[in-house]
Amino acid sequence: MKILVPIKRVIDYNVKVRVKADGSGVDLANVKMSMNPFDEISVEEAVRLREAGIATETVAVSCGTTASQETLRTAMAIGIDRSILVETDVELQPLAVAKLLKAVVEKEQPTLVILGKQAIDDDSNQVGQILAALLGWPQATFASKVHIEGGNVTVMREVDGGLETVELKLPAIVTTDLRLNEPRYATLPNIMKAKKKPLETLKPEALGVDPAPRLKTLKVVEPPKRAGGVKVADVQELVAKLKNEAKVL
Amino acid sequence: MSFTAPIRDMQFVLNELAGLQEVAQLPGCEEVSSDLVSAILEEGGKFASGVLAPINHSGDQEGAHWNNGVVTTPSGWKEAYKGFTDGGWSSISCRQEFGGQALPVVIATAINEMFKSANMAFCLCPMLTQGAIEALELCGSHELKERFLPRMISGEWTGTMNLTEPQAGSDLSAVRSRAVPQADGSYHVFGQKIFITYGEHDLTENIVHLVLARLPDAPEGVKGISLFVVPKFLVNKDGSLGARNDVQCVSIEHKLGIHASPTCVLAFGDKGGATGYLVGEANRGLEYMFIMMNLARFNVGLEGLSISERAYQKAASYARDRIQGFEAGVRGGPRVPIIAHSDIRRMLMLMRSNTEAMRALVLVVAAGIDKAQRSSDPEQRARNQAFVDLMIPVVKGWCTETGIEVASLGIQVHGGMGFIEETGAAQYLRDARIAAIYEGTTGIQANDLIGRKIAREGGATVKAVVGMMRKLALELETESDADLKRIGAALARAVAAMERCVDYIVANYAKDIKAVSVGAVPFLKLIGIVVGGWQLARGASIAQRKLAQGDSEAAFYKAKIVTARFFADHMMSQAEGLAQIVTEGAAGALALDQEAF
Repeated sequence: MKILVPIKRVIDYNVKVRVKADGSGVDLANVKMSMNPFDEISVEEAVRLREAGIATETVAVSCGTTASQETLRTAMAIGIDRSILVETDVELQPLAVAKLLKAVVEKEQPTLVILGKQAIDDDSNQVGQILAALLGWPQATFASKVHIEGGNVTVMREVDGGLETVELKLPAIVTTDLRLNEPRYATLPNIMKAKKKPLETLKPEALGVDPAPRLKTLKVVEPPKRAGGVKVADVQELVAKLKNEAKVL
Repeated sequence: MSFTAPIRDMQFVLNELAGLQEVAQLPGCEEVSSDLVSAILEEGGKFASGVLAPINHSGDQEGAHWNNGVVTTPSGWKEAYKGFTDGGWSSISCRQEFGGQALPVVIATAINEMFKSANMAFCLCPMLTQGAIEALELCGSHELKERFLPRMISGEWTGTMNLTEPQAGSDLSAVRSRAVPQADGSYHVFGQKIFITYGEHDLTENIVHLVLARLPDAPEGVKGISLFVVPKFLVNKDGSLGARNDVQCVSIEHKLGIHASPTCVLAFGDKGGATGYLVGEANRGLEYMFIMMNLARFNVGLEGLSISERAYQKAASYARDRIQGFEAGVRGGPRVPIIAHSDIRRMLMLMRSNTEAMRALVLVVAAGIDKAQRSSDPEQRARNQAFVDLMIPVVKGWCTETGIEVASLGIQVHGGMGFIEETGAAQYLRDARIAAIYEGTTGIQANDLIGRKIAREGGATVKAVVGMMRKLALELETESDADLKRIGAALARAVAAMERCVDYIVANYAKDIKAVSVGAVPFLKLIGIVVGGWQLARGASIAQRKLAQGDSEAAFYKAKIVTARFFADHMMSQAEGLAQIVTEGAAGALALDQEAF
């Protein structure tokens, strides 16, 4: 069984994000980048399935600039067998990524695609779902437990009301949530080995996909600063404030 | 108390100052590339921040425990140690023959810097193991190597260095522990050793002690000391563990810092003799120790740098957050974070510039060690070995003393909160304090520097370094950029002061060793400042070139120039005053009778 793990290079979760002065986007110049934390969880899950003998091959794929190679090497240092970079300088939006991934899936024929539920840069939470729709595959999002047996995958999902368990027929798409596993630290020997693992580069044209953006960003602004709190004297004042100022009652 | 590995500055130093490209061309380093090094630093940084840093403060507060000969490490230590060995970090620079990764020292040094920043007390265990591994690699028989090295390199077992005894501290010739030959070729070792770092603990199933002791017929003094391997559990021929050896931890010390690192008193042979095996030849133990002492001293010097980085990060973060007072010269403005105040700035810049100067020096010396060990060209090996030998006491002495100063400044930046243990800034100062003492005090380093490393060879190597520095100073003085010009002028003055001292030391060492020795530590500080400033000046010159090429990392390179300029004005300017102490300071120090104290 082959597992495909799409990963994204994003601004590091420790970085204080700054909006560019002209409001055209987020300042990415010389900012530390790393693998999307949700994708680290899907990489870990794929590697565990491989170590358990359930998967026979794991392939990571990333869409973006050449710098994403570094992120793919990180995935291979954790234990992924080989990687594919779909290289483009175009600003990629979820639909374009899903189309590129669909093309890679058709080429690679994996039994399972496991990816982060969302990327921490734009928080879209769309790629897994769109990819499932494009492929016509079943999907289980927000996984906190994944069990594969006899051509099916059983997934425990984190939903608003608690946990929901679903069973899907493979091939399928699974998107990962935070509690699925705790990603390991790459070991030094594996970092050295990762350098020698195969990394293939493809262009969107070769996959027959036009990745041009369909949405236009009008303006990016910082979230409004949180106003300071006030102490209220009694319940009456609180109710009055909720009614007249917050207008929630 | 978070910690982020200073990967960007490390990359700058490795690539631009330490010559990673050259190191990559050395035999056995072919796999080393800038990309691979970035990946290693990145993953090492994650381990440092994610595993080692979070248990640093708790380990300090809890400390190691001793109960009837059994030592337990603080909570979290066992798990962290397992992560450390599983990650392969224990074997980073060890030879491949017994399972090491054989990476260059310069890369191991960068990784060690971040690990020690994250948790110095933890890192003492692998550091001592590394020392024991080197001693065995260097001098052990093939049989001893096969029996012990693979499991020490994998981290399955740890190692210790048993040198000190109550009457034999800095003066190891006074060692009294005895070793008596047995019929089977082994020895029975008797005696008490003190200050044994991680001499007993619960991290691994076995501990391999390297012990200095005297054979029955050994001559007095330094030429009668031999080196023995004494494992906590004997090791059978098939590699399985045998009987518990006759070595006991009778107590652990209560110390100013590094609380989590058990400092043990070990008793050998109380029940009839601890079984030991001779390492190398009889009576050459001290000689062997000194061969590996260089690397041990280098690694302790690194602790000064590591603590400085950690203290700087903490102080800078506090200074950005702590709101106190108004900006000087601004009327009616808002209250500001203390980083806006000039003296806080000065302190942060002192911390930052000293830290960057130390890092540059340490990694340049580390690359020198690689070239001295691996180059195929005997001339290059010899030249680098001479440079390394000269710089080891500087790295050890200057970095550890500076580490103490920087950690102390870190407390000062925090004000009253710095004096409170919960804040965490105090631990850095307490931990840093030992580094200027163990593996040879600053005084011992300084005597080694002026005697063995300078006077003995008439100052040949140090003069060559002076020549390189002067050349750079002249180049910088002709630059059009005002900062570089200023750095060049400061370097020129500091180098002149240093050369004056070298001439004085070479001329007077044989005539009046006592007087020259009064200036040994001030000279060590002087040379540290000057060679550190030299590396920052090299960095500034490269940064200027990158800026002229329109590099996208303008803010980083501008900061490199500003930091070098600050160091030139605030640190290198001290060289002339220190030179005066070195050349004229002996009289007052030696004039009083001993009874007058």
